Amino acid sequence: MSRLRLFIPLLVFIALALLFWRGLSLDPNYMPSALENRPLPAFTAATLDGASISDTDLRGAPALVNVWATWCPSCAAEHAYLNELARRGVRIYGINYKDDPAAARRWIAEKGNPYVANILDPSGHLGLDLGVTGAPETYLIDAAGVVHLRHQGPVDERVWQRVLQPAFSTLENGASGR
Amino acid sequence: MRFLFVLILLWSALAHAGIEARDFSSAEERDRYLMFTAELRCPKCQNQNLADSNAPIALDLRDQLYRLLREGRTDDEILDFMVTRYGEYVLYKPRVEPRTWLLWGGPALMLGGGIVVALLMLRRARARVATVPDLSEDERSRLARILGEEPPR
Repeated sequence: MSRLRLFIPLLVFIALALLFWRGLSLDPNYMPSALENRPLPAFTAATLDGASISDTDLRGAPALVNVWATWCPSCAAEHAYLNELARRGVRIYGINYKDDPAAARRWIAEKGNPYVANILDPSGHLGLDLGVTGAPETYLIDAAGVVHLRHQGPVDERVWQRVLQPAFSTLENGASGR
Repeated sequence: MRFLFVLILLWSALAHAGIEARDFSSAEERDRYLMFTAELRCPKCQNQNLADSNAPIALDLRDQLYRLLREGRTDDEILDFMVTRYGEYVLYKPRVEPRTWLLWGGPALMLGGGIVVALLMLRRARARVATVPDLSEDERSRLARILGEEPPR
């Protein structure tokens, strides 16, 4: 019995080592959206084309909601990939976050338009309701407008393959199976 | 030289312009503003509170906080506003609920456990002292000899 007791420090060491190892592999920047599994907040806003849009207009099929701005360098980096996703048939809505609409129109004319529609949010209030901390951020919503996940930072092939696409396919299959 | 002095004076006015000026209707309102900006965490910059952060989102949230205070919202309403948007993450002081019982109770549990262990050890040590038999006459004189003393008469 007293022999076994000698192993207690070793066991404590192993337990702590496992705990700290796990802690090191966590991403301290990961912050799940507070909106996850909840519908998009209700809003009515103007679009970049001058039409009016509300949260219910985004329903009907799974879609990405991409928060972007012309002052955001990472948005410029991800734009080409968003064009690519749109070409593959992914529905993408844009939220033009705290930006100048004229600059945004120029940007779209220059770089191409992957968006079904662009919601203007010059004051950042819609972004605040969504829990946006900075551009770019991308939300995945289902056909009922419920947020399934949020990605902070630019979307590229890797993020799409690993994070967004698996969830997106599940939503699409669920929608067609119904 | 005088020119430099004036330049420095002007510069200090410029530095001051970076500080947000807010008007509060009462000292209490100001205290609540300071309390919330100290206790809410900036969602963008991890280890800074709203008061310390220069991130645009922290500025937006300070504006919202100010607006909510001016509207006369209660503390709970203000916390709900922040938590529904940015999650429990923004609270430097987590709420007491089943999920955080261990977090809040942990230190007390540790302290209680430590006291119990200390008491047990103390009791055992005392029991051991009590069970040491008295030395016999023979052993006592041997002990005295070993210690280099005269055996007691």
